[in-house]
Amino acid sequence: MRKLRSLRHWFYERLGGEAVFSFLRKKKVPLHRYSAWYFLGGITLFLFCIQVATGILLLLYYRPTPEEAFESVRYITAQVPFGWLVRSIHAWAANLMILFLLAHMFSVAFLRAYRRPRELTWLSGVVLLALVLTFGFSGYLLPWNTLAFFATTVGTNLIGQIPWVGHWLMVFLRGGQDVTGATLTRFFALHVALLPALATGFLLLHLFLVQIFGISLPPSIEAEWEAQPERRKEIAFFPDFMARELMAWYVALGLLGTLAAFRPWSLGTKADPFAPAPAGIRPEWYFMFVFQTLKILPAYIGPLTGEAVGVMAFGLAALLWALLPFFDRQAQGRRARWMTGVILFALGYISAMTLYGYWAAR
Amino acid sequence: MWVGLSLWLMVPPVVSAQNAPNSCLDCHQQLDPPLQVTPESWMGSIHQQKGLSCISCHGGDPSSTDPAEAMSPARGFRGHLSRRDIPKLCADCHSRAEYMRRFNPSLRTDQYAQYLTSTHGKLLEHGDQRVAVCTDCHGVHDIRAPTDPRSPVYPLNVARTCARCHADAAYMKPYHIPTDQFASYTASVHYQQLVNAGDLSAPTCVTCHGSHGAVPPGVTSVVNVCSTCHVFQAQLFERSPHRAAFEQMQLPGCVTCHGNHRIVHPTDTFVGTGSESVCVRCHAPGDPGYNAAATIAAHLSQLVTDIDRSAQLLNQAARSGVEVSEAQLELGQARDALMKARVAVHSFDVTTVDQNIQAGLEITRRTYRAGLDALAELRYRRRGLAVSLVTIACVLAGLWLWIRRSHSLSHAKED
Amino acid sequence: MEASRQAGASKSSRRTFLELFLGSSIVASLVSFLYPVIRYLIPPAAAELGTNTVLAGHVTDVPVNAGKIVPFGQRPALVIHTADGRYIAFIAVCTHLGCTVQYRSDLQQIWCPCHNGIYDLTGRNVSGPPPRPLTPLEVHLRGDAIYLARSSST
Repeated sequence: MRKLRSLRHWFYERLGGEAVFSFLRKKKVPLHRYSAWYFLGGITLFLFCIQVATGILLLLYYRPTPEEAFESVRYITAQVPFGWLVRSIHAWAANLMILFLLAHMFSVAFLRAYRRPRELTWLSGVVLLALVLTFGFSGYLLPWNTLAFFATTVGTNLIGQIPWVGHWLMVFLRGGQDVTGATLTRFFALHVALLPALATGFLLLHLFLVQIFGISLPPSIEAEWEAQPERRKEIAFFPDFMARELMAWYVALGLLGTLAAFRPWSLGTKADPFAPAPAGIRPEWYFMFVFQTLKILPAYIGPLTGEAVGVMAFGLAALLWALLPFFDRQAQGRRARWMTGVILFALGYISAMTLYGYWAAR
Repeated sequence: MWVGLSLWLMVPPVVSAQNAPNSCLDCHQQLDPPLQVTPESWMGSIHQQKGLSCISCHGGDPSSTDPAEAMSPARGFRGHLSRRDIPKLCADCHSRAEYMRRFNPSLRTDQYAQYLTSTHGKLLEHGDQRVAVCTDCHGVHDIRAPTDPRSPVYPLNVARTCARCHADAAYMKPYHIPTDQFASYTASVHYQQLVNAGDLSAPTCVTCHGSHGAVPPGVTSVVNVCSTCHVFQAQLFERSPHRAAFEQMQLPGCVTCHGNHRIVHPTDTFVGTGSESVCVRCHAPGDPGYNAAATIAAHLSQLVTDIDRSAQLLNQAARSGVEVSEAQLELGQARDALMKARVAVHSFDVTTVDQNIQAGLEITRRTYRAGLDALAELRYRRRGLAVSLVTIACVLAGLWLWIRRSHSLSHAKED
Repeated sequence: MEASRQAGASKSSRRTFLELFLGSSIVASLVSFLYPVIRYLIPPAAAELGTNTVLAGHVTDVPVNAGKIVPFGQRPALVIHTADGRYIAFIAVCTHLGCTVQYRSDLQQIWCPCHNGIYDLTGRNVSGPPPRPLTPLEVHLRGDAIYLARSSST
C-alpha cells in the first residue's frame, strides 16, 4: 500500500498534479432545479470517447474497399470474439451521442448558457455538431450495405443542389461523379483521420473554454440567488459532481450493453451499385427533418429547384443558429422572451419533421 | 466510312428492287383487305430486306400501271395462289440449298420435306385446305425471321399462333381432337418459365411437336421428347419397373403422371398414398408399389420438415443478431439434396430415393446443431450482459451511497 | 466522549467498507468491460474473410478426373482435377436457374442435373438451356493446399 502511494505521488509530482488538482478542487458546480441538464455535455463527451475506443477496435479488422467492406463487417460480427458487441456499441453509441448532443445543445440554448463571455464556447459547440453529423454521415456508408449506399447517393445528391458550389462539392465528396469505391475511401479517410483530428481540436477548445469560464447559471436562477443569497448552493466539481457524472456514464454503459445484446445492429445486404434503388430509402433519424422538408417543398420555387432553396434555407438557419449569442444581447440576468420562442420553434420543427418523416414512410 | 462502304456493297439488290417502279404496291396499298398490302408491312418483311419483291412470288410486271398488263399471265403473273400450292411455292426457294446459300448459308432447307411428313402436310395432300400452310404461321407479306420478337413464330409467340386454330373449337370440329391444349399449356410451369421468367429455352408447342414436321409424339416416344431436358428423370424411369409396365399397358411415360400440356410443378403430395397422389390411380393398398409410394412420401416429408425446422431456428438466431450465414448456406445444400431426392422418385425405388434423403438429413442435422449453437451463443451473450449489468449496478449503488455520505458529511461540517 | 469516539470508529469502518465496496465494484465493472476487448484483440482462427481467397482443401481431396464442391463466400464453388493433371475451379451456380453444377468424369465436362445443361472445361456453356458461361476462379497451389481466389480479370 505504501509503495502504491509513493508511486502515485511520483506521477502526481511530475504531471502537474498540484496545479490540476487545486484547480479542480476550486471548480464548483451550482446546484438548482435545472442542474440535471448539466450532465448532458459530459455524457456526450463520454459517448464520444466510447466511439473513439470502439472505432479503433473496429479499425483492427475493417477493410475499406467495396469488395471487402461488407464482408469484413460480417467477419467482425460473426468470427471475431465479441466483435458483435464492439460493432453494435459503436452503432448505438453514435446515435445516442447525437441524441445527447442535441439535448445538450437545446438545454444550453434554453438556459442561455451562450451569453457573454461564452459566445465562442457556443460557436465551437456548433462546429462540433457539424463535425459529429459528418461523422454520422461518413460512418454510415462504411459497412457498404444497400441502405447506406443509396442513402449516401441521395444525401450527396442533395449537397449537389447547393447553387454554384454544390456540384463541385458533391464530386469532391464522392471522389467522382457517382458513389463508388472512391467514395468509400474518402469517407473512410474523413471518418477515421480528418474528422477525429478536427473534432479533438475543437473539443479541447470547447472543454478549455468551459473550464475557464465555469458552469453558467441560468438567468432566472441568477436573479433568484441575487435576491436571496442564502439559497446559493454549490458542490465541488471534483469529486462530488464527477461522482454523479460517473453514475450517469455507468448507466449509459449499461444501456449500450443492453442495446447491443437485445437489439444488435443489422448487417443489411451488400451494396450493388448496378441494382435499382430499393423502395423506402430514408436517411438516419438525425437527418430525417431535412429530408422530409425537402420532400414537401415544391419542385420549383422561382428559378431555383425546391431542393436548392431548401438546402440554402437550412444553411442560413444553421448560420443564424451559430450566431445565436449575438442576437441575445440582453444584460446578464434578463432574457428575451422571443429567444425562447425561437429555440422552441427550432426544437418543435425538428421533432415534428422527424416524426412526420417516419409517419409518412410507414 | 467502312461501315458505309460495306452497307453500300450489301445494298445493290435492295437498291435495284426499291428504286424500281412497283405498281403492285402502289395499287394494293389503296385497296381494302384482303387485297390490301401496306408499305409498312412489306418493308418489315425479311424477303423485302433480302432484295425480293412482289414478283418473286406472284410474278407479273411491276413497271406497268395498267392492271391488265401488270397482272397478265403472259408477264408471269401466277394469280391468287391457292392454299394447296403455297408450301410448294415457298419450297421452290427454301428447299434449294444452292439458292438459299446466297442469303443465309446456315438456314435449313428441309422444311418442305418435314412438312410433308407432318399431319398438316398429309391432310393438305388429301385435299384438306383448312390445315396450316407456311403463310398461316409465318405471315404473308410481313414475314420476319423467327428470332425477331415480332414474328408469330418467335418462341414467346408460338403457342398463340398454334392456338389460332387449335383452340378454336368450332374450327377444329371435323378433326375430333381436343382444343384445350393452349388453355392447359398456359397453366403449365413451362409457359410460366417462358413468359414470366423470359427463359427462351423453355419448351413451347414446337419444342415437343416439331414445327414443320408437326406430329403429336407417339406413346412410346414421348419419353424421348421430355428426356431432352429432363435427362435424369428419364434415365431413372428407363431403369425402373414402370417402364415395362407402361409399355405393356400402352401408357406413355412421363405424360401418364404429369400430363402433356398442363404440366404443373409437382408438389410432394403427388407422390404417396394421399388423395392427390398419382400413385393411387393404379396401386391399391397392400401391393408393393403402394407401400413404396407411402415410404417415399414419408421420407420426403421428413426431409422437408427437417429443413424447415433448421431454417426456422437459423432465422430466429439471425434475427436475434447471431451470424449464421454459413449454416444457412449449408442448408441450401440440403435443399439441393431434397431436389435430387424428388428427382430420384422417378426410379420408384425406395433405396435410390433414400440415398439423397440421408445426405440431406445429415446436412440438416449439422445445420440444426449450428442453430442450437447460435442460440447458446445468444444465451451466453445475455449472461455476459447480466454479469456486467450486475457490476454496473454495484458501482451505481456504491456511488450513490458515497455521494449520500459525502453530502451528509458536508451537512455535518456546516452544522 | 467515548460514545462519539466509538461512533467515529464505526463511521470510519463503514467508510472503509463503502470505499472497498465501491473500489471493488469499479474494478469488477472494468474487468467486465476489458474481458471482451482482450478477447476481441486476439485474431480469430479463420484469418481470411473467406470471400476473395478460400482454402478449398488439399490435393488428396480431389483425385484425377474428379471434382469437389466447396463453399466460396456465400456460394458453392467446384474444384476439378482434370484428366491431364490441371486444377480448375468455377462458381458452381448454373447460369440457367441456379442449381449446383457437378463434374461428370464420364463426359469430362461440367453438368447441371436440373435441365441437362453442359459446360466445357473452360466454363463455356456448350449445350442445353444455360445462357451464359460459369464464372471462373483462380486456383493457387501452396504445398498441397488448394486455394481458390476470385478471378482478377472479372
